[in-house]
Parts: sequence; structure tokens; C-alpha cells
Amino acid sequence: MIHKYDVVIIGGGIAGLTAALTASSETCQVAVVSKVYVTRSHSVAAQGGIAASLGNEEDDHWEWHMYDTVKGSDYLADQDAVEILAKEAPNAIYMLEHLGVPFSRNSRGKIEQRRFGGHTKNQGEAPIKRACYVSDRTGRAIMDTLFDQCQQKNVTFYNEVYIKQLLFESNLCCGAAGYDLATGETRIFHCRVVVLATGGCGKIYKTTSNGFASTGDGFALALDASLPLKDMEFVQFHPTGIYGFGILISEAARAEGGILRNGLGEPFMEKYAPSLKDLAPRDIISRAILEEIKKGNGVTGKDYVHLDLRGLGKEVLNNKLPEVSSFVKTYIGIDPSQTPIPVAPTCHYIMGGIPTDVEGRVLADAKGTVLPGFYAIGECACVSVHGANRLGCNSLIDLVVFGRRAGISILEEVKKRIFLPLPSQAESMVEDKIQSLLESKGTECVPVLRETLQRLMTEQCSVFRTGENLEQALKQIHQLKKRLQNVGLTNKSTVFNMELQEALEINNMLRVAEVIVFSALHRKESRGAHFRSDYPERNDQEWLKHTFVQETPIGLIKSYKSMDIGRFAPQKRRY
Amino acid sequence: MNVTLKVYRFNPKTDQESHYDVFTIEAEPSERILDCLNRIRWTKDSSLSFRMSCAHGICGSDGLTINGQSALACQKLIKDYDYQNEIVIEPLKYFTVIKDLIVDITPFFERLKSIAPKTQTNSVLADDKKERLQSIEERNRFDDTLKCILCGCCYGSCPVMVEQDQDFVGPAAILRAQRYIFDSRTTDENERLKIIQKPHGVWGCKSYYICTFVCPKNIKVTEAILKTKKKIIQEKQSITVTGDM
Repeated sequence: MIHKYDVVIIGGGIAGLTAALTASSETCQVAVVSKVYVTRSHSVAAQGGIAASLGNEEDDHWEWHMYDTVKGSDYLADQDAVEILAKEAPNAIYMLEHLGVPFSRNSRGKIEQRRFGGHTKNQGEAPIKRACYVSDRTGRAIMDTLFDQCQQKNVTFYNEVYIKQLLFESNLCCGAAGYDLATGETRIFHCRVVVLATGGCGKIYKTTSNGFASTGDGFALALDASLPLKDMEFVQFHPTGIYGFGILISEAARAEGGILRNGLGEPFMEKYAPSLKDLAPRDIISRAILEEIKKGNGVTGKDYVHLDLRGLGKEVLNNKLPEVSSFVKTYIGIDPSQTPIPVAPTCHYIMGGIPTDVEGRVLADAKGTVLPGFYAIGECACVSVHGANRLGCNSLIDLVVFGRRAGISILEEVKKRIFLPLPSQAESMVEDKIQSLLESKGTECVPVLRETLQRLMTEQCSVFRTGENLEQALKQIHQLKKRLQNVGLTNKSTVFNMELQEALEINNMLRVAEVIVFSALHRKESRGAHFRSDYPERNDQEWLKHTFVQETPIGLIKSYKSMDIGRFAPQKRRY
Repeated sequence: MNVTLKVYRFNPKTDQESHYDVFTIEAEPSERILDCLNRIRWTKDSSLSFRMSCAHGICGSDGLTINGQSALACQKLIKDYDYQNEIVIEPLKYFTVIKDLIVDITPFFERLKSIAPKTQTNSVLADDKKERLQSIEERNRFDDTLKCILCGCCYGSCPVMVEQDQDFVGPAAILRAQRYIFDSRTTDENERLKIIQKPHGVWGCKSYYICTFVCPKNIKVTEAILKTKKKIIQEKQSITVTGDM
């Protein structure tokens, strides 16, 4: 079945819905295609807040937000993009407020703001209240509002459709092909503009805050199209996942006064970040936790520490951290007002992604060649505003600011673009792939391959990395890719065949993991979330540059793009 | 430890009628029902189908009937049930089953759409340089309703929907209406009140309180519905008093 729309957005999280809402008009028909029901997108799991220098609680300036973001990125973010992010953030919040997002309010009736990791006043003086929020369900509330608005504006949703392939004609993207998870039927989307908003890939790790859908599909679609991925070595581990589950305990818990303690009961963060302590950026806290564990200071000698929320009081827990409190109670039976929470780092976010310009337009190479009619936004994109380490609350604002900019750009571009002819084999490409998987009789099974990948990524490419481990990981990924050739499916159904979907996803996961490990292996320095124990220092002379990696028939190839230093010159990163 | 799950099965391509399969798997009491379903699928029977996404009770994908009651598979642990005996896993009631534990959820989202006014009141392109003010008290009037994750557990347990009125707009849709009607910033409140009191609308609720009882997010669903009803009566009275009927 062929569906024709002016714009097709793949992925319906906050970035996708913001772009959809912005671009949709009487003259611009927009469809959002998602492999889950749109309201199940992982943006709903965002808890703590969304950053903007509104200054509702104390004096704040976009320049301060910009400084914090650049410093937080370990100076790898592109400063022109960060400037846009920080400058446009307040208006993006006002836009959300006017759309109906039910922000928590302060006593003057203004949007309430709270502290968050790495956000400071006057370039590092002290923590600042910059995070706007909806208790601790900020992502959910923004998603619900955007979804309601999209419904009213007649954005068309194709839920539970899996996109397998982007369609190109004369090197221009003219659509996407996939299949309906409920029926197995092939679906072709024919359009003037394609937008990737597919989110991240946390599921390549064993312990992650990400949902089952975060399998890096958009990255793989880009790789298929011979496009590069940028800065993929930078994977964020959130310091406080519930031990054993990886479920996120928002940084907001520490913003409201929560303290990390080691097995001796010591609040250890002041040793690692004397000024910001528990509100230091995530890369620093995750390393600190693992250092403590390495020293034998984990709780009862195990591989976790405690997040102590006992000092917050029931009222703060109930009003400002209700979801977090209920997660802890549901999954580990703990009342956080009485008992500290066992936590450990959990894979949370990927800073790298599909390279784009500040309008969200996909770049074909390190030189910055723009691909007309093709956009990427949100976690799957790399603008890049997060560089080597993202600050908390900067993801949601990235989604809205750049989702909206893409939407505005698309509104103009759609007038100039025609419907290019679809490639003749569009349908058969997907049908053949699915048919061959359904008929596959190999001896390898998907769950085993996936578990092996998750384990090896967790053991060899997490917070601390070495060249030796990364070499090992790369070899093992190559073996897994070979083993995947010999996969066999036992479920032959076309109706909600989860095995089939997971067979497609593991292929994406392996390829994305390979790019991450390959990028990490070659960056011989430590910067932000990428810490090489064999190269523990940041090396600006050689490595103040972006990594670009793409697939070729002979394997992965890399290139680098040096960056212009903007307003803020690199300095030693102290907190 | 061994746990036994009795799972509802239906394949529209091959089955005339549904049946149950019994699976015994290794599991810990602290594991989620969702973990068990995945273990069955990954180690015993790859043909089992169900929905899942976030796995921690915020996306609303995995509403099921577990031992007869609507619940999220990712929010319920084995130890929440009498696991010495079989735990019975069925799809949400009310909805049509597509395959195994997957139901056709479109009626749910259609209802949600049906309670919103057709005219767009807000524009994403408007250049609003300021926030609208809202007091903490005003904001609190609809705070509870914001917890809704659109999982459909309330539909699967509402006696009105399941037994009396197939077309009832349903608890979650009324919650969403309530959220906007009670938001001091909403400008089309009257329009929304008009829509929600149409036939099969808010008056269909008979206050069984079962939605409140099963809601995975502990929302006071019935209370929110009653508040909406009360609001409609208050508005009518004020219209009658001013003679503007």
C-alpha cells in the first residue's frame, strides 16, 4: 500500500511531534510513522525537567546556559548550535506553555524552576534554578499535550509500522518503506520531505533506562543510505538507575536535596566535584560512583551505592518526585523517605547521531553537504549541542527547539520539493527481506545474540574503556554479525510477529554498536562521557574534532572534522 | 523458583477460538510479569504476542488482565500474586483481541480524540513572548488527572463499558476532558463541557469505582468524573440564574 504525504516523520516522540505540529497545515499534509503507538514513545520517560533561562526563581541569562552546555559538553559541542539552543529555549518553553503543557508553578504563578546537574549561575559560581518541570513526569506531560494538539490539527498517525528502508531517487530521499506490525502488509510512504526522529539505542546495553523500542533504527537507516554517524563514541550513563533494573531515578532527586552515599555512608561527591557535588554533570558522577565501587566502597562491597532521599521529607517526595517515589516502592519495595535507594549507572542517552545543520537538515559528509528534503531531529540527530556529554534537561529542550526549527524549515522547503518517482523495487526490497527472515532456518536465535551484545557492550564499552577492551568488543561484534547471517526464526506468522521485529532490530543494534566501539577505539583521549583508562587526559591539540564514521563494503571508515572554537575557549573542566 | 503462567492465546490466522497455554518458567518473586512474558517468548514459544515499551509503568503499552484484574505487566511483580498457583494472563477486557494479548486499542484513541473540540485553539507558530500565569491552587485542580498514561486499564475493567454501553466514552477520555476543563488557561472550556455531556458521555458513568481501584497510576478517576459532572450542573445553574439559556 502506498501512502502519499508532503512530509513523513519517522518516530513520534517529542521531537517528531513538535516538528509535525509545526509543519502541519492545510497545504502541508504530515504523517507520523511509529513502530509503537505514538503515546508510548520513550520521550514519555523523561522525568526531571526542561532547561531554559527563564529566570523565574533567580537571575539567569541565556549566555550562562550556553556556557554551562559548552563546558558540560567538554567543549565538543558546536557553539553556534548551542547559542541557538540557549537563546531560543525560553520561547520554546512559552510555546509549550501556550499549547497547554501543565508546568508546575511557583507562588507567583510563574513556571517553577529547579536546580539540575551542571546548570550554574554566572559561569560556574553555584547551581542555578533553570529546569522547568511538571513534577517528575515532564516528558509525559509534554508528549500528552503535543499529542492532543496533533490530533486536533489532523496530523495522521501510522502506529505500529516498522520502517525498514529509506527510499532514494537520484540521491534524494523521497520516502520510506516498511511493514505493518499487525498484518505484515508492506507500507510505502511517498513524500517530499522525510524526517528521522527515531530516538536512541540504549538497548544495546544490558542495563539501560531506555525502553524496548530504543534499538537505534534511525542510525541504521542512515548507515544503509551510506550516510555517516557523528560522535557516536559519546554514550551517556546516567548515574542513578535503580540497581538491577536500570530504571531512572531523575537527577531532580538530587536537585531537591538527595545525596549519594557510598557503603561507608559517606557523601562522596565532594571529593570529585567540590563545588557542585551531587549536582555535577552526569559523566563525572557516573565515574565517581564506579571509582567508589572499585575502591571497595560499594554498599556491602557490592556494585552499587546509595541515593539518600531521607532528608527531603514526605511533602517534597509526594509533590515533586511522585513517580520516582512510586517506582522505588513498586520495584524494590523501598519507601525513599525511610530507606536509601540502591543505584548504579545506567545507559541513558547517546550524544552522537546523524549529523545535521541547525535547521535539522541531514548532512551527507564531514564537509557539511546538505541533503535536500531530508531531516533528522532529537536523540537520533547530532546538531551538535551536547558534544561529549549532555547536561540534564538539555535533551527535552533540544527536542523542542530543533524540532520546531526543522518544522519551520520544512514548511518552506516543502513548497520547493516535488514528489520524486519511487524506486521501482521499493515494495519488493522490504517484502523480500521479511520473506527471507520468515523462511530462515539457521541455528542462531535472536535473544541469544542480543544478550551477548548487551553483555559485551556493558563490559567493554561503558563508562571506562581501554583500547584492548574495545578491540575485543569489535572482534566480538564482527562474530555476532556473522552469526546473525545464520539466524533462524521459529515464528512464521505475519501478525504481530515479535521475533521478526527483533530480528530486524538486532541487525540495527549490532551495526550501531560497531560504530560506537569503532569510534571509541580511535578516539585516543578522554573527553566527557568517553573515558579511556589508557588515555586518561583530554587532548585538545589532537582531538578537538568530531568523529564521522560510515559503512562501506570493506567495513567502517572514519574521518574527522575539526571545529571552530566559538565564544568559550576550552578550559580545564572543574566543578 | 518455578512460576506457572496460564496465558490466553488467539491467532486470527489459524484459530477459530481462543485457548490457554500453560508455561512454567524459572523466575524470581521480585521479577515483573513482563519479564516472565519475555522469558516465555525468548525461551519457550516465540509466537507469543504482547505489547511493551518502557517497562516501568509510564508509557502505558502493557495493560493486561492479570488474575482477572486490569494491570500493567511491567508494574506488577510475581510476588504481588499467589505464585504458588497459576497466574492467569489475559488481554484487556472490552477491546477486540487481535492476537494473543494484543487488543485493538483504536476505540480508546478514537474516544480520546472525540472529546476535544474540532477547532484548534493554540498555534505553535504564535510568537508568545511570555507565559500565562497560573496559581499553584489553579494548577492543583487537575494535577491528579495528569498522571494518566493512556494504558486503557480503566476501559478493561469498567462495568459500564464491558457490560452495558459499548459506546460509553470511558474513564480515560473523561479524565482528559477534565484535565482541560479544570485548567484555568483553557479558553474553550464551554465547548469541551458541551462535548462531554453528549449521549454516551460523562453521564454514562455509574460510579462503580472499579477504574479507581485498578488504575495503575492511582488516579482518583471516579472523583474526577464526579467533579466534571458537578461542573456541568454548576454551569447550567449559572446560565439559568442569568437567564441566558
